[in-house]
Amino acid sequence: MSEVNHFRRVLLIWLVASVIATPLVIFVLAPIVPPGNGTVESSGQVTDNTVLFGLSTPIALAVIVWFLYAVIAFRERDTGGAVLDGPPLRGDARIQMWWVVITTTIVLFLAGYGSVRLLSDGAGGGQGPNPIAAPSQAKDPALQVQVIAQQWQFTYRFPGYGGVETQHLYIPAHTTIEFNVTSLDVIHSFWAFQLGVKADANPGENNIAYVTTKQPLTFNIRCAELCGVWHGYMFDTGHVVTKAQFAAWIAVQRAQFAPATRSLPPYSKSYFPDPQRLGG
Amino acid sequence: MSSYGRRLLLVTSATAIVCVAIGLYIGLYLTNVPGSVAATRVGPVTNLYLGTVPAAETTDPHPTWVSYYVVSPTSTNWQHKTTFELPAHSLVHVTVYQFDGQSGLRNPFISQATGTVGGTFQLNGKTTKAIDPDTASHVFAIPQIGLSVPLEGVADNAPNQCGNAPCSLSMAHYTISFTFRTPGKGLYRWQCFVPCAAGYMLGFGGPMQTVGYMDGFIKVV
Repeated sequence: MSEVNHFRRVLLIWLVASVIATPLVIFVLAPIVPPGNGTVESSGQVTDNTVLFGLSTPIALAVIVWFLYAVIAFRERDTGGAVLDGPPLRGDARIQMWWVVITTTIVLFLAGYGSVRLLSDGAGGGQGPNPIAAPSQAKDPALQVQVIAQQWQFTYRFPGYGGVETQHLYIPAHTTIEFNVTSLDVIHSFWAFQLGVKADANPGENNIAYVTTKQPLTFNIRCAELCGVWHGYMFDTGHVVTKAQFAAWIAVQRAQFAPATRSLPPYSKSYFPDPQRLGG
Repeated sequence: MSSYGRRLLLVTSATAIVCVAIGLYIGLYLTNVPGSVAATRVGPVTNLYLGTVPAAETTDPHPTWVSYYVVSPTSTNWQHKTTFELPAHSLVHVTVYQFDGQSGLRNPFISQATGTVGGTFQLNGKTTKAIDPDTASHVFAIPQIGLSVPLEGVADNAPNQCGNAPCSLSMAHYTISFTFRTPGKGLYRWQCFVPCAAGYMLGFGGPMQTVGYMDGFIKVV
């Protein structure tokens, strides 16, 4: 009886499983994975997730198929009481070479892909005070919105609208937004989930994140950095609205918060440690 | 009893004691909800009277901590509770007797009242929208419903200042009152936004991080 070629069998099973599962993952599962398509950046994150899912599916299947095959094919059989050792393992230069080539190729591809994606528009992440991946602003300059975190709420300041500060966040659709994220006390993190934006709020620092909005939508804002007893309550609901609705909203805010605006310090990229008021 | 039996009894007893202790610890942790005080209802309006002091009662576990109290309309019957029970979808008139000194707001934006009926509050009977952020002592805020009212602080040179709770209305204080509409049923947190925890880094430790002093819950029923 000729010896079974296990490698060929496993390869065949893996190929069939990959051909079936990979398109399903790419076209059915990946598009519904958060954060959705609310902004250019969140759409980019969905694309990135799709690429990663598509790449990792055959790899995961290789591990699973080999594991299951080994459990079934190499299980201990009734050998009449004697436990027999298998044949000795020998090194195989071809397998080692392909292992190194394939894994190196995947890792280098992911490093290159990730770098290109990050450099294209920042991917919605905080880039510090001097961002190197600003989205193209050929049409209109970005709308600056300062996110001010403190224990335990976010407020928002609009330097382009008289420096008014607001309790809630409304931003216009089809607009590039430049979030300038800072903190007045401890480290927080501004996470606007459906926008695909996440930027740490550090006291004394300006952390810039870009996002380009699409259609109107409602999005959740949460603090993503454990910041004290009420961290779990540090959330808000934001809105992407039409440009006309935004103009009307910001006009109302400027009128409503005129008394508070008069008390605000001049607009600054950060406000810590000045004014720093201590307890007592 | 044999040696084996004694050892078995000892191990079983010790295990039982540890299990009971763990069970008690978990049970007490889960059931340790701060006591609440129901506001008084007169006609269509519910009244809630609060007091803010520079230091809790001398018998308090933290007698140096700044704190809110529930008080009577004449600033008597001080109760150290910061969970208030209010009716849903109702007007609530809050009166705060503020006995503490000035600390100043870290974010001057909070010096303006929001979420109150008319967007205003009464400061010693005078209707106003905002105060000087440098003279704020505390804030009563329920961020989930957008309510925020700054509380003016007693000047450093004011005579007859109150030290520890309870404080009487003959002592230096400000009376701040406002009305707001409660949301639907639920548990809402409230907090102070002034970094008023003396002796703690950035003024936000101790009583600012401990439910029962400068923060608590609104139980809307």
